[in-house]
Amino acid sequence: MSGATLLKETGPREVFCGLTSIVWLHRRMPDAFFLVVGSRTCAHLIQSAAGVMIFAEPRFGTAILEERDLAGLADAHDELERVVQNLLKRRPEIRTLFLVGSCPSEVIKLDLSRVAEKLNIALQGSVRVVNYSGSGIETTFTQGEDGALKALVPLMPESQEEQLLLVGTLANAVEDRLITLFNRLGINNVKSFPPRNSIDLPAIGSKTKVLLTQPYLTDTARELNARGAEIIEAPFPLGVEGSSLWMEAAANAFNVKDILLDEILEPLILRAKAAIKPYREKLSGKKIFLLPESQLEIPLTRFLRNECGMIPIEVGTPYLNKEIMKAELDLLPSDIRIVEGQHVENQLDRVREQKPDLVVCGMGLANPLEAEGISTKWSIELVFSPIHGIDQAADLAELFARPLYRHDLLNNKQLSYA
Amino acid sequence: MELTLWTYEGPPHVGAMRIASSMEEVHYVLHAPQGDTYADLLFTMIERRKKRPPVTYTTFQARDLGGDTAELVKRNIREAFDRFQPKALLVGESCTAELIQDQPGSLATTMGLDVPIINLELPAYSKKENWGASETFYQLVRGLLINQSKENIQHDPSSWQKEGRKPRVNLLGPSLLGFRCRDDIIEIKKILNEYEIEINLIAPLDATPSDLLKIPKADLNICLYPEIAETTCSWIERNFGIPFTKTVPIGIGATKDFLDEVHHLLEKENKNQIKINSRLPWYSQSVDSNYLTGKRVFIFGDGTHAIAAARIAKEELGFEVVGIGTFSREMARKVRSVAKELGLEALITNDYLEVEKAIKESSPELVLGTQMERHSAKRLGIPCAVISTPIHVQDVPARYSPQMGWEGANVIFDTWVHPLMMGLEEHLIGMFRHDFEFTDGHQSHLGHLSRNEEKNSENTDNHLQTSSQENQELLIWTQEGKAELAKIPYFVREKVRKNTEKYARQAGCRQIDSETLYDAKVHYKDK
Repeated sequence: MSGATLLKETGPREVFCGLTSIVWLHRRMPDAFFLVVGSRTCAHLIQSAAGVMIFAEPRFGTAILEERDLAGLADAHDELERVVQNLLKRRPEIRTLFLVGSCPSEVIKLDLSRVAEKLNIALQGSVRVVNYSGSGIETTFTQGEDGALKALVPLMPESQEEQLLLVGTLANAVEDRLITLFNRLGINNVKSFPPRNSIDLPAIGSKTKVLLTQPYLTDTARELNARGAEIIEAPFPLGVEGSSLWMEAAANAFNVKDILLDEILEPLILRAKAAIKPYREKLSGKKIFLLPESQLEIPLTRFLRNECGMIPIEVGTPYLNKEIMKAELDLLPSDIRIVEGQHVENQLDRVREQKPDLVVCGMGLANPLEAEGISTKWSIELVFSPIHGIDQAADLAELFARPLYRHDLLNNKQLSYA
Repeated sequence: MELTLWTYEGPPHVGAMRIASSMEEVHYVLHAPQGDTYADLLFTMIERRKKRPPVTYTTFQARDLGGDTAELVKRNIREAFDRFQPKALLVGESCTAELIQDQPGSLATTMGLDVPIINLELPAYSKKENWGASETFYQLVRGLLINQSKENIQHDPSSWQKEGRKPRVNLLGPSLLGFRCRDDIIEIKKILNEYEIEINLIAPLDATPSDLLKIPKADLNICLYPEIAETTCSWIERNFGIPFTKTVPIGIGATKDFLDEVHHLLEKENKNQIKINSRLPWYSQSVDSNYLTGKRVFIFGDGTHAIAAARIAKEELGFEVVGIGTFSREMARKVRSVAKELGLEALITNDYLEVEKAIKESSPELVLGTQMERHSAKRLGIPCAVISTPIHVQDVPARYSPQMGWEGANVIFDTWVHPLMMGLEEHLIGMFRHDFEFTDGHQSHLGHLSRNEEKNSENTDNHLQTSSQENQELLIWTQEGKAELAKIPYFVREKVRKNTEKYARQAGCRQIDSETLYDAKVHYKDK
């Protein structure tokens, strides 16, 4: 077990709520619709975080609670059914409807599971209705995906076939590449969850081995485990080290011979390390401070420290699940300062004191820090970019090197005109 | 419960944030869960502010709900007060906190803090952003001035003359996330300066609470953005007797009327004729603008900008307004009366799909709308210019780009006419596309248009059949009729098709050929 310094902090936080994960989930499953049951704030949050205007009709929306919905819950349930029926009439292509709970719906105790149940009976299987909570009083940012996936687990059919199940949303191209690599290792039955179509849910059973692609799927992992699946313990597939250990863990679980594993991975590792080298030169020795948001902070720190030579000053994380993070923490030395939770003002004081070269933070904080001369990287970019796997390691390093290059470029006072 | 895919306005507490963030030395403690912090990015990303909004979110969690959330509120108020030392403290709640009824504003007043505390009650389930901004500005001004009011209710609009000084005015309403407020105030200041009128203060943008205390020193309030400042202006008028302007100086006519109104309210004689210091009138009059005559425009936006746009479109550019609407319920009455004068029915809605439908039905040649209408217009292949919030990063340009005053009129001329020029260019390309010079993929910036056009003509047959079926009356377009229809510029083709079919039905024609098209044309010309 690592001796990393684990601290806790409470106070005002500056993080997105779980609703935000709809922004990538709806792209992953184009036949699904995410209906937030909430307030105008929820609607405004999602449209501010996602480029909603580019869609003729987006595959997510908000059933906005109004004064009269707060007055009587029974009516609110009926109202929601009415809204859903209207929506489905207009959008016949929807196969799965997610009813997404929000802060206000949780506080007034709107029973979305009951509404989902009633709708499922009424719709007779033409559309599947599930529910989960993306509320900010219970979830942070990426945890919304955990809730959505957990809600789908009971719908997964049973199978006793041996298979590798990759769990967590990946960019399609990255997913294809990773599956190709597993195939080369002789692991041929590889499925993904969430699937690219919400109705093509993978089957699951005691011979299913789960490899998590993302570090924020605690509840989903627990549910999959309860359905008999084995969760393979591994670090997360970020960077060369994480990705190769991740693949190795799967290889071991499927009894792939070491010699084959080496044969497949070695050239990829060599190539990736060479590709990282120029970025490592830029990043090495630079101080980095990660504010809590995406839950990717610990794996990213491991990559940036171990492979890019950066010096982590502080690693914020919205919450810390030591079980899921164990393999990651084992790869970090004891002097890393990990802070769970947040007091945003105190944390920003520490940022200013420590003068890091790069801060990973949310969009609300980035420009004010830039204006103070501190380079930043938005954490939301990390959940949208294809960064997983050995072949993406250099791209991941480049994401962090770019603000530093840019800083140099714009602050270079000695422009030469050769 | 209302299904919303996209909304023109945020919740009312975002309006309160606009006021707090616009000002200096004000802090806002907002009882809200963590997700509500997203609103910071509206200011730091869209408006590119270098400072975080002065907002402390209590960020209560589910586990706090069983315990003492009131204590959490107090702790955050105390910390925010100690850290930021504001000169006025706004305290309020977002939608979720409203449900748990901690009444943070009342809590704050019991804490013995040495600062004016403004208790904001903004009903999140019935009101929206602009209302929240207006209410916050009003509560703040009222909270700070309530002790002064009634003392000098005897307002003498011409006291400046007796005191031998220049008249002083307040510019009220400009705020962050508003449309071009930053540049509008520069323009208005400049114009008023030319008429020897001094600015007493500008608020809320860049004002401090102590600036607000000087509001009663002005001879006149200028209500630049009624959505934000009208409530405040009328409270000041009732309590201090200071009148306020009703004309919003967007466009040549309105700027002129505005200056007349300002002079009238100040009982100031304007010795010189108002000098119109804008290129818009001549550009509009110049012969190359002839093609603008009767261009069909559809207008949608906040009340102030939609009303201003209608006047400019009709009186200053010679357009025909074929549709007008607003998302602002508070401005519905004013927009309705403008619509009525134009012989139209105003569209009052927060549903962008309804707006898109109305655009489609009125077949405009130009859409003046919000960023959402820009997207809708793009889908419909119609040129568009943006005239109103909700704010988008493109609405905070690096260059000086006001909407108000003389320079504002110049900006508006360019902004509205340039997309049309491109549209015309596109049309010319369409007309000349059979010339050898143009055969291969020549496109202006509206590249998608020519693609749409091709697609449309491929689909002409299906389309024509569908429309006939809908009406349960079989109308047959002959090949010749279709060919004639295809020659009509794309932006009016749909309108012509509809009119011709309508005419054909009235006239009892079953077949539509080129003659029917010409007959219909004459028929509608006569009307």
